[in-house]
Order: sequence, then structure tokens, then C-alpha cells
Amino acid sequence: MAVATPPQPIEEQRRWEGSLDQLRGLVSERAITGETMLLNMGPHHPSTHGVLRLLLELDGEQIVSCLPDIGFLHTGIEKSIEDKTYEIALPLTDRMDYLSPMSNNMAYAAAVEKLLDLEVPERGQIIRVVCLELARCASHLVWLGTHAIDMGAMSVLLYAFRERERVLGMFEMLSGQRMMSSYIRPGGVWRDVPDDFLPTVKQFLNDFPAKVDDYEALLTQNPIWKDRAQGVGVIEPDVALAYGLTGPALRGSGVNWDLRKAQPYSGYETYDFNVPLGEHGDVYDRYLIRIHEFRESMKILNQAVARLETVKGPYRSQNHKYCPPLRSELGQSMEAVIHHFKLWTYGYDAPDDEIYNAIESPRGEIGCYIHGTGANKPRRVHFKTPSFIHISALPVMAKGYLLADMVAIIGSVDIVLGDCDR
Amino acid sequence: MEIPAARNPVDVLREAFGEAVAYVKEFRDETTIVVDSALATEVLDFLRASPGLVYNMLSDVSAVDYYPDDYGKDFDGQDGDYRPERFAVSYHLLSMLYNRRLRVKFFAVEDDPRLPTATMIFPAANWLEREIADMMGIVFEGHADQRRLLMPDNWYGHPHRRDYPLGKETVAFSFNEAEISKHKPFATD
Amino acid sequence: MGVSSKLGNLGIVTTTVEQAVNWGRTGAMWPLLFGLACCAIEYMSSQASSYDLSRFGMELNRATPRQADLLIVSGRLTRKMAPVIRQLYDQMAEPKWVISMGDCASCGGVYNNYAIVQGVDEIIPVDVYVAGCPPRPEQLLHGILTLHEKVRGERIADWA
Repeated sequence: MAVATPPQPIEEQRRWEGSLDQLRGLVSERAITGETMLLNMGPHHPSTHGVLRLLLELDGEQIVSCLPDIGFLHTGIEKSIEDKTYEIALPLTDRMDYLSPMSNNMAYAAAVEKLLDLEVPERGQIIRVVCLELARCASHLVWLGTHAIDMGAMSVLLYAFRERERVLGMFEMLSGQRMMSSYIRPGGVWRDVPDDFLPTVKQFLNDFPAKVDDYEALLTQNPIWKDRAQGVGVIEPDVALAYGLTGPALRGSGVNWDLRKAQPYSGYETYDFNVPLGEHGDVYDRYLIRIHEFRESMKILNQAVARLETVKGPYRSQNHKYCPPLRSELGQSMEAVIHHFKLWTYGYDAPDDEIYNAIESPRGEIGCYIHGTGANKPRRVHFKTPSFIHISALPVMAKGYLLADMVAIIGSVDIVLGDCDR
Repeated sequence: MEIPAARNPVDVLREAFGEAVAYVKEFRDETTIVVDSALATEVLDFLRASPGLVYNMLSDVSAVDYYPDDYGKDFDGQDGDYRPERFAVSYHLLSMLYNRRLRVKFFAVEDDPRLPTATMIFPAANWLEREIADMMGIVFEGHADQRRLLMPDNWYGHPHRRDYPLGKETVAFSFNEAEISKHKPFATD
Repeated sequence: MGVSSKLGNLGIVTTTVEQAVNWGRTGAMWPLLFGLACCAIEYMSSQASSYDLSRFGMELNRATPRQADLLIVSGRLTRKMAPVIRQLYDQMAEPKWVISMGDCASCGGVYNNYAIVQGVDEIIPVDVYVAGCPPRPEQLLHGILTLHEKVRGERIADWA
């Protein structure tokens, strides 16, 4: 079978052997002498939320230092995108942060739109907001279930996934796929919402607040939960900023920074919602913030659904150099056929220049850096993903806490390894 | 507390560093400043600490490879972009106080690319720089941790360089499936 | 079953050893609690309330490979992860089965590049391939039932 990987010199492969000397300077001197214990956690560990490997230095049960090892899910997405045209590369971005694929689509699509200077019509923007907030709910639901399981509350997962199935059902209605929807495209969305979509969302909005109350009844005042979460994994606001944390992990420390408010995109400035803030920067505050974000998302969704009923019009850009014409036009207009053919074979040219665009995903800031070539494929695409940053800050959060707190801290920053390794 | 008025980073940098500011570009409301890479640490620290700028957060560090021929002294692209060397590393800074972003760009030479590390100024740069060192092969001098980040320790090459092949394997379809499965290394117990 | 049909219900069931053992193996096939990528989320969905894998005797996920019978490779397998998964497979006690869940695990899927192993069958032997990116929980259930069918067909001679 033809394999085009570059030749790996065999002596190069065999020469490498791990040794303790490599860790000199990264763990304390006491670990080198054997006074403290080095414990390997992962990559196959149920509480690392995927394939994260942690090298923990333990003094008794206390964490002295922590060295995360990532890359077990490095998929080469950025390199693969360089090989594809802008539109065709979009489905690859779904699979980065697989808990909220819509946010990835949005980050990539918004970046391409910025590079091309492409406007999105109003209806398209509203549909995007609906999708993004539903994705936020779905992602937080998985976080809630798995975080609770990590901390010993087994039944929450069953409740959380019950509601998540309903959100996934809506995504399937929109795009035909439950998870990897590829629905948000450069220039708008793939198609208009089907007729039965809005009633389903309304029904969900009607039921969901009571369900959030149920989750809170299970956890928020639960003494075991509070014992395990309060005062654990504390990160001070200035440290959080220095390490570049974003999203609920930063807001848990009390820093009021939400890109939906600060640098609004897709018309978020026209919605009325609050940004919940924590005080202590511990696991419990990060939990509370996400619970409150459910309610704020409901607020946004209620407004967006009401708007979607009145605002009609195109749902994707009418600039057919960048967005395909309607299928129905293909039978009537030769120009539409040409545009369609050109878009799906060659794509479109983007300027030989660089842009950076960031959106607020459920985990924090997803930034997309695109450097075009002037032709139909990008020179470089780089995603700044929240999980990557959060895992790099894990050693700061974990230092001094117990080994059993480690799973609580990992769960509370809500990492996705696909998002981290890309 | 009174907040000092926002100042234009380009003017302030030109004033402080003079000739070291090699090139400035505005594109889609984003400012890119190319600075002499020998002064990287000073410039980043200056941008973080100066009143009126306060770029207190490092959003992203990304590297780009202008292989094969989109760079050089006589490169003449659209708008006459300034690309003296093959590799460029961009630091995307964010000022939360003034709510604006800035991209500071440093170039690194093709043979043995090296840049000073920014981990002393922004701890967030730790892994972002390690990723670039792993995937692009740019060495960050002074970085405390020089191990690979994403690829296995014994990997050969830097995958995100433009001259590194994507590593495609032949896809099996019904017409060539027999041929491929004959050579495919199926595992056994 | 020949005796009971002649003498009526004696309170005993006669069967072959093969059938009894295979019935036991299919009735409580414990999967390894192990997820790689996107498919692991759908695997979790199929374990959760709506799809409820415990209907097939699989509610118990074992976190250690020593106690697991079934390895569900859920997601893309990178070259860095490949040695780990081979070790997990080697640590599992016989009898053991493998389901390759999703396109990435089965053939590399959309990621035909330097980082991804083009099919987990290059690393470990696979019994059932489940297509989809990611497969719906129903598809995974179908794959598991297919595996059960396969196990029911095993003979003493194959046990070794």
C-alpha cells in the first residue's frame, strides 16, 4: 500500500528511550531522588474526559506538580484543511470540539467571512444564534453529566442525556445529522429551518427550565457535592488572565469577559441576557456559572425564536461567487448552474492575507486564524481552542490539592481532548 | 480610578522602538505590526505594560510558513506585503480594557529558525509556543520545556511545514480493494 | 430438548455446552470504559436513558481491561495512541471481542493524513465494523447485536 509519509530513519525510532532526566526541571528535585511519587494518570482513565495523560508528582496524596501530556488525539485537522478548499474543509471543523460542533462551524465560517468580507443576512444570523445557544445547552448537558459522574453522582448523567437527545433531535431536523451537523456555512446556514423546527424548539424551551431546576435540586445544595467542589481548584483572577483562560473558567474567577457582550458577532448585541460571574474561582463557582448559563441561553433562545417567526428573507448570502444559488434556480438560470459548478469544483479565491476571528464557545474563546494564499486553498489555518489553554493551566489549578480533587478540577474546566489536540 | 485614554499602538511603538518597527498593515480592521524579532520580548512586554495600550491577554500564537516562494527580499505579492523570511510567528494580543486586538509578527530565518520566548511575559504562551516548536520546528530560546507537545517524542519532522507531505494513503474502493488488502498490515492476536 | 417433549416439564432444561456458554457470553458482555473521540459521545448516548444498552446486559462498563470482554474503539486512532490501545487489547482476558465504531476507527474516515492510523484493524483484530460518522446509537446497537450473533455461532473447536 502506497504510503507517502516521509521516511523515518530507523535508528531515530529506536534510539529514543524515556528517562527520568528528561523531567529534570519540570518536576521537583524530590521526585528525581524518589522522595515523592510520580504517578501516571491516563491516557485511558475514565475521568480524564478522553485521552489526556497526566504525570502527577504526589507527596502522599497531595499534588506537588502536574505535567499534562496531550496529543493522543492529534488529528492533523489544520494540515488537512490546507489541502482542501474553504467550503469543503468545513466538515473537518465539526470534529474538533465534538460536544458543540456548531460553535466550531461558526468560528471557522465567521473567519472565512471576515477574510472574504462577506455579509450574512439577518435571518441567517438569527438561525445561527438559535443553533449556537442550543449547542451551548447540549454541550453543558454532557459536561454536567460527566462532571457529576466524576464526583460520584451517577444518576445526573441519565437526566442530562435525556434532554440532550431532544437537542440532538433538533439538530437532526436542521441538518440530517445528530452531532456533526456542518450546518453553519460561510455566508449563512446550509438551508432554511424546516416547518416543524420552531414548534419543537418552543416545546423544549417550555420544558427545559423545570429540568434545570431538577439538576439543581440534585446537586447545588447537596452537601457531598459542596464538600467536594467548594474551595477546590481555586484560580485567582490575575493568574487566570495570565494563563489566558476564557469562558466559564475565567468568569468563575469573577472576570467579566464574554465575547458575546464584548465583541458581539452574529447580532448578539441585540439580545438581552446577563453574564453570570463567580466569586471564588473554585470548582463550585464554575459549576454554578454553567447552570446559570442554561437559563441565560433560554432567554436568548426565547428572543431569537420570536424573531425568527417575523424576520423572513434569505438565510445565506446572495453573493453567488461565495454561496451556492438555490437548488430551484438551477433549472432556470444558466448563471446559477455556472456558479454552482464553480463553487463545488474550484471553490473561491481568498486574499493572500491573514485574519483572526474569535467567538465564544461553551468552553471559552475559539479563535480561528486563517492565512489565505490568493487562491482557493488556505496557506495556514490555526485554531486557538479553549481546552488547549485550559489544560495548560491545569498544573496551576491542581497544585496543592489532593489526588481525588484532580478529577473534579479536570471536570470543572470542561475539557474536550479533540478540541485540545485538533 | 481614571482610565488613561487609549493610544494608537503603531504610533507608540514607532516612538519607542523607531526603526525596529519594520512594517504595519491594516486589513479588515485588524492591525498587524512586524517588528524586528531580536526585540520580541521587549516589544511584547512594552505592549503589555504601557498605559494606553495594556494588551494584557495573549489570545493566540500562530505560525505560518511561506514555502515555497511567497517570501524573500524581492517578493512582490498583492499590496506589497513585507515577508523577508520563510517563517512568521504572530502573537495575537487582546486588550480587555480598551477591547481591541493587535497582531505582532516576527519573522524567523529558514535555516535554524529561532525566536526568543514570550513565556516570561505571558505564561499562556507556554504551550502555544511549544506547539509551534513541535509542528513548525521554530525553536523558542529560553523556553523551559523543549519537549514535543502533540506528536510522539520520536517523531521525525515538523508536520505543519508546507514541505511536509500530508501523508495520504491510497483509499480502498471496490476496484482496488483486493490489491490494498493484500498489502495492508492486518493485525492478528 | 428431546426429553421434556416426551415426559413433560421436569423442571430441567437440556442444552449443549456451546449454547449455554455462548448464551452466558452474550448476556453479560462487559465493555471496556474507553472512549477516544466523537463516537465516544454517541457511545455514552447509547448507554444513557434513551437507548439504554443495559437491555443487552451491558450496563456495566469496566474501567480496567482485565475485567472487560469487549473493546469498543470509538473514534479516530492516532499514531501516538496506537501503542496504548494495543496494550489495552493485550491486557484483556480471553475471550475478547472488538467493535470498531465509526468511520475513523474502521478506515481512517475523512482523516487521511499523517496523524491517523488508517483503520484500527492494522493494530488489533476487529470483529464488527460499525459505519457512520459518528454512528447513531441505533447503529451501534445493531453492531452489538451482530456481534452477539457471531458469538452465538462459535463452536467449542474455536475456543481453543
